[in-house]
Amino acid sequence: MITLEHVSKHYGETVAVDDLSLEVAQGEVCVLIGPSGCGKTTTLRMINRLIEPTSGRILVDGHDVTSVSPEQLRRGLGYAIQSVGLFPHVTVAGNIMTVPRLLGWDRPHMQARVQELLALVGLDPAEYSDKYPRQLSGGEAQRVGVARALAADPPVLLMDEPFGAVDPLTRERLQAEFARIQKELRKSVIFVTHDVDEAIRLADRIALMRDGHLQQYDTPEALLDHPATKFVHDFMGADRALKRLGRVRVSDVMRNEVPTMQDGSGAETMAQRASCAESRFVYIVDAGGRLEGWFDCVAFREGRVARDAITSVDWREAAVRPDTSLKEALSRMLGQGFRSIAVVDGDGRLLGDVALAGIEETMTAGDAYITHAGGEPEVDV
Amino acid sequence: MTAVRSRWTGPAAVALAIVAFGYLVSRQDWWAAALAWMFPGQPDTIYPSASVALLVMQHLEIVGVSSAFTLMLGLPLGIWVTRGSGRDFRDVVAATVDFGQSFPPVAVLALTLTIFGFGPWPPILALTIYGLLPVVSNTVAGIEAVPPAVLDAARGMGMDRWRVLFEVELPLAARVIMAGVRTSVIIIIGTATVAAITGFGGLGAPIFAGINVQNYAFVLEGAAAAAMLAVLADVALAQVERLVTPAGAGTG
Repeated sequence: MITLEHVSKHYGETVAVDDLSLEVAQGEVCVLIGPSGCGKTTTLRMINRLIEPTSGRILVDGHDVTSVSPEQLRRGLGYAIQSVGLFPHVTVAGNIMTVPRLLGWDRPHMQARVQELLALVGLDPAEYSDKYPRQLSGGEAQRVGVARALAADPPVLLMDEPFGAVDPLTRERLQAEFARIQKELRKSVIFVTHDVDEAIRLADRIALMRDGHLQQYDTPEALLDHPATKFVHDFMGADRALKRLGRVRVSDVMRNEVPTMQDGSGAETMAQRASCAESRFVYIVDAGGRLEGWFDCVAFREGRVARDAITSVDWREAAVRPDTSLKEALSRMLGQGFRSIAVVDGDGRLLGDVALAGIEETMTAGDAYITHAGGEPEVDV
Repeated sequence: MTAVRSRWTGPAAVALAIVAFGYLVSRQDWWAAALAWMFPGQPDTIYPSASVALLVMQHLEIVGVSSAFTLMLGLPLGIWVTRGSGRDFRDVVAATVDFGQSFPPVAVLALTLTIFGFGPWPPILALTIYGLLPVVSNTVAGIEAVPPAVLDAARGMGMDRWRVLFEVELPLAARVIMAGVRTSVIIIIGTATVAAITGFGGLGAPIFAGINVQNYAFVLEGAAAAAMLAVLADVALAQVERLVTPAGAGTG
């Protein structure tokens, strides 16, 4: 648990953070957001004492952060930053071992931990352990940065725009993985960003700041639906209904029972049967359940031969995952010109689909569908 | 196979060159023959007071001591002005060191001679001051080139200032610092010929003697040996530079 009590930071006449009080519960993701210069990064850096507050107290798990040396304190708080800051002269494994080495872990323990963490962030330990940072892509470097922050298993994670410096596609992927990792590890996270969508997607609570003042500190739903000030309203943006979709995962609204058939050869008989009655598209899967394409009943009925009513696809391109946000799924649907999109697992096995109608329902039905990035469903009051 | 070759050919070639130079220097008869052949009319073609080998040894001695002082002084100075406590002095130190190099060594010698008298200290002092600039400026440049994000991450993960210096800043700056040391040593080797004025010997001795008696064979003897020494030091230090550069920091 992280508690900020009346924390202020002044630089001469300039007030960077003014009387900020904030509480982050154990296992929650608190996203600090606001326009540049609002004091969000200053706030983050005061927690691990890279900046000392002018006044106020900061407690981590009930202990005042000034009760130990800054070095001691920082070794217990994971730290990941936008420009990653990997040590260029040290291998990936060496980088990840930084804090464990400072804490005096023994070598086998550290090496085992490196393997574990690389696997956790989705990098093959055999391939990446001995690489140097300059051999990594931006996304890979960010993953290593996150692994390094998690190395000593700190209960608290401080992240300063950790996905800020990568391309949108990679960012989307890193966000999904961060959500997955967080669901598993349940760290108390303070996450700085200026990206509203990122905040909405990852936060349990958002602290919106402006000119050093806290504007509102609440769930993303509350900020979207009940903005405390006009500034909050404007900052969250006009497309709030759309933004809400960033909070919902495909798995929350997907239809699990979808008509399928194995390979396209039985298409004609299939078309006669009930499948075409309940749905326009029948998904085609291989013997292992992997998505191969779909069969368009309408096209078939309109007199095309069965072969022409079949669309073959690569599941990597044409489907979404259960942990994809509805916003992303909707954008993919619109991009491809379909009214529904298939949902597959990591190996391409068909799990179900999401239809535009289902998304519409979510947009109007409200909070009952909302699941927080952290996991538990929560109903807004 | 290629990896082994690229790693060892450099040092091996340098070792070979050093041995060859050592042997060449020890063959006083070769020098005598070569100089006699180049200056046919000259009765004395080789500096009579000391052998080439002895002159090289004297030269190396003064260069070694001066370079060591330059390093012992320049490195901490360069590090200090990049710390919080010394940052205010950065410009002062830079200007002083700059001045040190723009001040003619002969003038420093003349001044120090009046204080210390004849002996090894005036030339050592003059050469040390003269060689400081590349070491200090490269130390500062190398350390300041460490990306701020790397330092932020290092501190943010709980490294204390000494670890940040020794495990992050110095390894990353090593190549640039070493390049400064290399430049400094080369300058000192060349300038050390001036030290002969103080009667300390070295490869400047035949040069000054040659100028005095208008025997250009002597001048060539000293100058050629000093030039060879400088080239050798340059390639040897280039190898050291490679050795101290950490793998990932590369030349990229």
